[in-house]
Amino acid sequence: MLHIKCPWCGWRDESEFGYGGEAHIERPKDPDSVSDAEWADYLFFGSNRRGDFRERWVHSAGCRRWFNAVRDTTTYEFKAFYRMGEEPPGGEQ
Amino acid sequence: MSQTKRLQSGGRIDRSKPLTFTFNGQSLQGYEGDTLASALLANGISLVSRSFKLHRPRGIMGAGAECPNSLVQVGRGAGTIPNLRATQTELYQGLEANSVNCWPSVKFDVNAVTGLFSPLLPAGFYYKTFKWPKSWWDKVYEPRIRKAAGFGKAPTEPDPDRYDKKNRHCDVLIVGAGPAGLAAALEAGRRGARVILCDEQNEFGGSLLANRQYLDGKPGIEWAKTAVAELESLEEVTLLARTTAFGHYHHGFVSLLERVTDHMGLTSPDGRPRQRQWRVRANQVVLATGAIERPLVFCNNDRPGIMPASAVSTYINRYGVRPGQRAVVFTNNDSAYQTALDLNDHGIDVAAIVDVRPESDSVLVDRARKEEIPIYGGYAVVDTRGGQHVSGVKVMRLNGRGDGVYGEIHHLDCDLVASSGGWNPVIHLHSHPGGTMRYDESIASFVPDQAVGNTYNAGACNGNFALGGCITEGLSAGATAAAGVGFGSEDIEGEAPATGKQQESPLRPMWRVPSRKAIPRAPKQFIDVQNDQTSADVYLAVREGYRSIEHIKRYTAMGFGTDQGKLGNINGAGIAAEALGEDIAKVGTTTFRPAYTPVTMGAFAGRELGPERFHAVRKTPMHKWHVDHGALFENVGDWKRPWYYPKPGESMREALDRESYQTRHAVGVLDASTLGKIDVRGPDAAEFLNRVYTSGWKTMEVGKARYGIMLSEDGMIMDDGVSARIAEDHYHMTTTTGGAARVLGHLEEYLQTEWPELQVYLTSTTDQWAAISLAGPHARDVVAKVVSGVDLSGGAFPFMTWRDCEAAGVPARLFRISFSGELGFEINVQANYGQYVWDAVWEAGQEYGITPYGTETMHILRAEKGFIIAGQDTDGSVNPMDFGMHGLLSKKKDYIGRRSLSRPDAMREDREQFVGLVTLEDPKEIIPEGAQLVEEPNANEAPKPVPLHGYVTSSYYSSTLGHSIALAMVKRGRERMDDVLYSPQADGRVIQCRITSPVFYDPKGERQNV
Amino acid sequence: MSEAIRQESPLVERITSGRKAASPSDAGITLRERPFLGCVNLRGNPDDPDFTDAVKGVLGLALPSGPNTVADSGDITAFWLAPTEWFVRTGANAERDLIAGLEEALAGQHIATNDVTGNFTTVELSGPHARDVLEKGCTLDLHPRAFAPGQCAQTLLGHAGILIRPLADGQAFEIVVRRSFADYMFIWLEDATVEYGGMAVSD
Ligand SMILES: [Zn+2]
Repeated sequence: MLHIKCPWCGWRDESEFGYGGEAHIERPKDPDSVSDAEWADYLFFGSNRRGDFRERWVHSAGCRRWFNAVRDTTTYEFKAFYRMGEEPPGGEQ
Repeated sequence: MSQTKRLQSGGRIDRSKPLTFTFNGQSLQGYEGDTLASALLANGISLVSRSFKLHRPRGIMGAGAECPNSLVQVGRGAGTIPNLRATQTELYQGLEANSVNCWPSVKFDVNAVTGLFSPLLPAGFYYKTFKWPKSWWDKVYEPRIRKAAGFGKAPTEPDPDRYDKKNRHCDVLIVGAGPAGLAAALEAGRRGARVILCDEQNEFGGSLLANRQYLDGKPGIEWAKTAVAELESLEEVTLLARTTAFGHYHHGFVSLLERVTDHMGLTSPDGRPRQRQWRVRANQVVLATGAIERPLVFCNNDRPGIMPASAVSTYINRYGVRPGQRAVVFTNNDSAYQTALDLNDHGIDVAAIVDVRPESDSVLVDRARKEEIPIYGGYAVVDTRGGQHVSGVKVMRLNGRGDGVYGEIHHLDCDLVASSGGWNPVIHLHSHPGGTMRYDESIASFVPDQAVGNTYNAGACNGNFALGGCITEGLSAGATAAAGVGFGSEDIEGEAPATGKQQESPLRPMWRVPSRKAIPRAPKQFIDVQNDQTSADVYLAVREGYRSIEHIKRYTAMGFGTDQGKLGNINGAGIAAEALGEDIAKVGTTTFRPAYTPVTMGAFAGRELGPERFHAVRKTPMHKWHVDHGALFENVGDWKRPWYYPKPGESMREALDRESYQTRHAVGVLDASTLGKIDVRGPDAAEFLNRVYTSGWKTMEVGKARYGIMLSEDGMIMDDGVSARIAEDHYHMTTTTGGAARVLGHLEEYLQTEWPELQVYLTSTTDQWAAISLAGPHARDVVAKVVSGVDLSGGAFPFMTWRDCEAAGVPARLFRISFSGELGFEINVQANYGQYVWDAVWEAGQEYGITPYGTETMHILRAEKGFIIAGQDTDGSVNPMDFGMHGLLSKKKDYIGRRSLSRPDAMREDREQFVGLVTLEDPKEIIPEGAQLVEEPNANEAPKPVPLHGYVTSSYYSSTLGHSIALAMVKRGRERMDDVLYSPQADGRVIQCRITSPVFYDPKGERQNV
Repeated sequence: MSEAIRQESPLVERITSGRKAASPSDAGITLRERPFLGCVNLRGNPDDPDFTDAVKGVLGLALPSGPNTVADSGDITAFWLAPTEWFVRTGANAERDLIAGLEEALAGQHIATNDVTGNFTTVELSGPHARDVLEKGCTLDLHPRAFAPGQCAQTLLGHAGILIRPLADGQAFEIVVRRSFADYMFIWLEDATVEYGGMAVSD
């Protein structure tokens, strides 16, 4: 059971949250301009990183806000929590 | 004669409180403070079970969680508990226990003959044997193995006990209330931190309960008592005895199992739960879990009467039990000398201390010498003899390398062998979340290395076995943990009690005592006595090519038992290293995983049982009315929805026929309150709906409503519903009952993450509105009697519009919508008025023959019209084109999922398409929902695989049409009208059906537009 | 609306006068429902003084700006729900006037008001074991050091979403629960209190 810090509500139990997969994957602004392969890549393929991974969570049983986290996928350690629209710590990945 | 093996005095039992219990039908006595194991030993009973594979006799071996043998079935009937460890089962009046895994009896076990065939059951026999012939598996091997290998029996009746859960946060959780844990609790508790201290034992004190060490010049247990008294006085300290920390997860989450009333009887005597699972979120975790003595591994080391030395001391000192008359102590370290002294001091003859070390020099060794206990330095026990109990040992001289024995065989008679191969720190909880370990040569075992999170190890679990060191480490861990949450500094504030001088000589590592014969031919040297895994099995696994300790464990099944190898696994790793010719530090151990000791299923279920609490049960404002009117209910999501309302004597079919006839010919009323409702408001509300629905919403005028479908980004239908425009910037959206939360989450996700620039607020109003849906030719007549403030005429209030009004004097929204194909209205009022307005509608409808109808009739009526139900006719793999919904797909804008509709797979021409089906041979036959459809008339006989052409999604009997109808997805279905398909059934029947339009009734929609 | 018009709380079947009278005197927990309180969900931008000032003018108190805090004037209680969302509670039958007042004062702004009077009910749980009972199904840290009067939280109790705030140090809590979950929560609470002598219901 993870302990997750909502950027608004603070530390809460994992049971209050929903998982949203990899973060910073932007929906193509003009979907018609991307190829089928690019669209499929956007839809179905994640980076599946080992180590620090930027991912989205939603505080579904609390304030219903989406936010981002950096989590080490090998240790489950959260390195950071930050709000939507904020820059991820550590720059480009 | 009772308790013949009880010492005259001593022990932490209450001799003024005798307890009667039974074991295998025999009535016996013990005392309060006994475990079942100590009481059995006090009565001279040590043979308690049979081993799993060979059915060799097994005696009480350990004195706690590590005991691999003492599995018993406690009680009978509904409350019976299988596979309890007698060593951890507190005695209570009337306790009834039976051996497990020994049929027909523990003393006469026919399966013990398998011991004669044991060469046929080597390591890996699970994987190698019983493979051929195939038909023998069901008929011969499995029943035979099950009967022979059966552990305890699960009760067949519902568990009569209550179980509970508790979530608790704390600053510092301390696991283990021995000297280190108590010291840590004092240090952290005195500073005001919120502390939880738990221990699996019934009393706090840990090793101090069972040894005779002194602190501050008094017996150690006196110090422990004082510490506990002080901790009890601290308001923020929670003390949990009889509580095992069984799992340590990430971020300070630790699961504890508190046995609340297990010690009081078979079932909980009052309203308290029998067991409670604590789900602790600790900022800091101090592990003071102690160490488990590992036995030495020698030939025939599994006979009853052979025990770890510390267990012998525990039975003497803590329980006042004489575990034998004449003992041999066999050791590679100093600690077992204390056992020899404990035996000697209690008048139990110590035939010899056999020490694999040629020389040893320490306080304890000196005392043993002074007591004139014979010491065989540089010798080893190489074999034992005995039947159902050990009766003697063979002792030989050990060579300098420790890999061979020689010289004269000394035969020593004894009925007790106390063995010690050193101590293994209990690093289970340290390891659970990924804490690493390292091999410590000084103790020849693994100790914690890097801990995960704010976890600290203190005392014996950290490899520090000296009492003084344990307490100092405990104080230090308590200080560090408290400082970590802002209570003081990391400097120790408390004072450690004085301990005696504890000089020790080093141990001599010995994983396997050499035997006279080479391994395959030597008598069995047991590593795991519950699973009958021997050093020969480990050697065989290595010979067959296994290199990793994880593979060797799985091939041999070593440590697979209910004890999870607490006694044997490190020895197993050492013997594997020996067989591999590698260093044990490199071989390592297998992974420690929760649960530390077995946990009752009930403790995981807690109170989340039964139809009322297993999951949430949501009820509408009119729920009681439905109950009072005979409704049967259907679960839709968490909601209870009326399914249908049978009248007395009516069958389901009759009730459905009546409900749908009345609705089609008069008027029916449906509780639609469960539909999801979302208030959408803001300057960009119309734009937002345009992006989330497939159709256009900007041009829809205020006062109107429209059906819409939502897709996931992959183009598949996610949900559908009707949304109404309340104002220019304001919509009232409805979703399916089961999809409400998912849809709101989906919308918020896009709003917050993709389109934060859109000015839209979403608010769930599902529970705010009671929704009363009326359908049928008289719906308008009924509404007219209830509602005021609206011109209900078709011209003024056409289909798919809504109006503000009053219903029975209550402010209401009235929608003109229909899911049945009939003239339909839906009255929405604030939920607290729902029953009141429903009553008014019911009253008004009497003269028109109003009938309540449930979800089943609703499904039939909509299926007759070919309306889909998202989640029933869709399954996340179907897109709107599959349903012929091309008209709902706007070409003028982007929307979620649109791009995916032009992917090649979405455009495939042979996709399954939505059609209707009617049956041919028996027009009233209902094809089961989910049934597969094929072109082959004799699918059961045809070569496999038979190509599939589709499947049924909905299927009903339509009394309106006089025949059954089904909705289905069929390959190229729309171009195959009137084709015949076949649906083979599990019972061998084949149902013939013909493809039709999915709209069976009133295809022009004339009835709803009146 | 006329006097004859009847409102029903979602706990109407559970909290009856007969049950109140029969409540065990030694019950470790007492539950009191406060039905029909006017409830409004308010959305708006807290960084916009036009919004906050106008709301303050109508409510007579400033909206709580800190996450998970409550502002209470006696007549009006405002709970923080999300960065742009508040749960505002007033007296019975006062919600429509409150909404009208807010809509008028906030006209032209990007806001939303929703009457959620029927969406929720409010109960108070009190007694020496109130925290023990809630800890059975709530993962929030309910210790007074972590959760004191003035704070609130949205979380789960069993399988029901709740809005909770402490009323006194560890001894009493107020819980706002969605109407459809109220009966489930009552059954859950009643079962959870068995070991503490049961649950009394009171006015
Ligand atoms: Zn939050």
